[in-house]
Amino acid sequence: MRMSEEKRFDGRKFDEMRELEAKANLVERANGSGYFRFGDTRAIAAVYGPVETHPRHLADPRRAFIKFRYNMAPFSTKDRNRPGPSRRSVEISKVIKEALSAVIEREEFPRASIEIYAEILDANASTRCAALNAASIALAHAGIPMRDLVASCSVGKVNGQIVLDVAGEEDTEGEVDLPIGYVPSENKIHLLQMDGIITKEEFKKALELAIKGCKVVYQKQVEALKEIFKTYENEEVGE
Amino acid sequence: MEENNNESKLFVEDRKIVVPGEVLAKGIEYLPGHDTYKINNEIRSKILGLVKIKNHLINVVPLSGGYMPQERDGVIGEVVDIQPYAWLVNINSPYLGYLSLSEGVEEFVDLAKSDLTEYFDVGDVIYAKIKKVTKRKDVLLTMKDKMCRKLRGGTIIRITPAKVPRLIGKGGSMVETIKEKTGCKIIIGQNGFVWISGKNISAAAKAVLMVERESHTTGLTERIGKLLEKELSNVDKGDENE
Repeated sequence: MRMSEEKRFDGRKFDEMRELEAKANLVERANGSGYFRFGDTRAIAAVYGPVETHPRHLADPRRAFIKFRYNMAPFSTKDRNRPGPSRRSVEISKVIKEALSAVIEREEFPRASIEIYAEILDANASTRCAALNAASIALAHAGIPMRDLVASCSVGKVNGQIVLDVAGEEDTEGEVDLPIGYVPSENKIHLLQMDGIITKEEFKKALELAIKGCKVVYQKQVEALKEIFKTYENEEVGE
Repeated sequence: MEENNNESKLFVEDRKIVVPGEVLAKGIEYLPGHDTYKINNEIRSKILGLVKIKNHLINVVPLSGGYMPQERDGVIGEVVDIQPYAWLVNINSPYLGYLSLSEGVEEFVDLAKSDLTEYFDVGDVIYAKIKKVTKRKDVLLTMKDKMCRKLRGGTIIRITPAKVPRLIGKGGSMVETIKEKTGCKIIIGQNGFVWISGKNISAAAKAVLMVERESHTTGLTERIGKLLEKELSNVDKGDENE
């Protein structure tokens, strides 16, 4: 299927996202966990901590050390993905870690570390966005103090059109792929990567669209978190 | 227009679930309490939790997460290491508790003659009070408080620290019920460690875990009563069979 004037490869409108799904509390033994899905891109994240930092020399006497691992399951891609870290996964781990470090109140846990593990179960573009969204949910669920959640989605340029939430063929055949991580309360972008060639005007338009998308994602994250403790509201609790 | 900007406003009701970054109130009339922060004249939550509003002070109570040591908390811990003049205690948090010799023992100790293991050895379980938490999160413990002692025998179970208030119940009602029905001794540390000792440990432990699991459902006290009756009658039957 080709892209027409008003529709995309998969029949979506240019500013339409895939189906979104967010969940929390799936990993029994972790302190917190989250799940996020863009269409058929699925990510799960688990948070452990704060815990003592190992190895010791990584401990920072002023703030918590954040450990983040992004990993793609071998079965997440069309051809088997070779297990183990790669150049790509190390890079993604780094940028997501930095985006999350910007919102976590790291000063509350000097010398300790917070460990976050994100696993891509199914990959069809925007996996780093899904991982970041799942990790935000997991952190909040783990009771880690943070200034806000980070919401993330991608925009791209396909056949000269700026599109929201790049998927499938658009990722491989598109001209530009631009994922962002956005913090609504501060109106700040903590993650922005881009490849391809784009004009200044197009970039501005793309960014605006991405922020719009992130706000939708953010709503999903909030709903997922409120859902798990819904029964707690208006209950009598002893002191 | 200017008056409008300065007006204080509350955005949430008491006992509502909020997420990190959610705006709780704005204006100078409200004060940011526990686990909240103020930015651009707005009070926002830092954590996922329940809002508690006391007059003008807005707090958020956590519903999940590990234990962070706080001054005056009574905690249960296990001695994991001994230093020349102190014990290091695992208190279920990322920071070890530090129990110095002078805070751990009342009497004069001549280290030339005696050994610290005579008082507390590695593996011993103690109930201690947190005397101070420094800015770099050194946790100083003391045994010089009521109830503080070595806990001999019994069993330790771990529950989510956020559920400790529910296990204690209003004025200690919940834990008193379990103690009364099972005849067990139960000590609850604020850090989520619960020490149980006595004859019906398994029944008491089941009740404690039930409170943790179903902490925020109605009619819990009654269900705990039923569970204990069932558990205890099983024990009686078991005795008869023997």
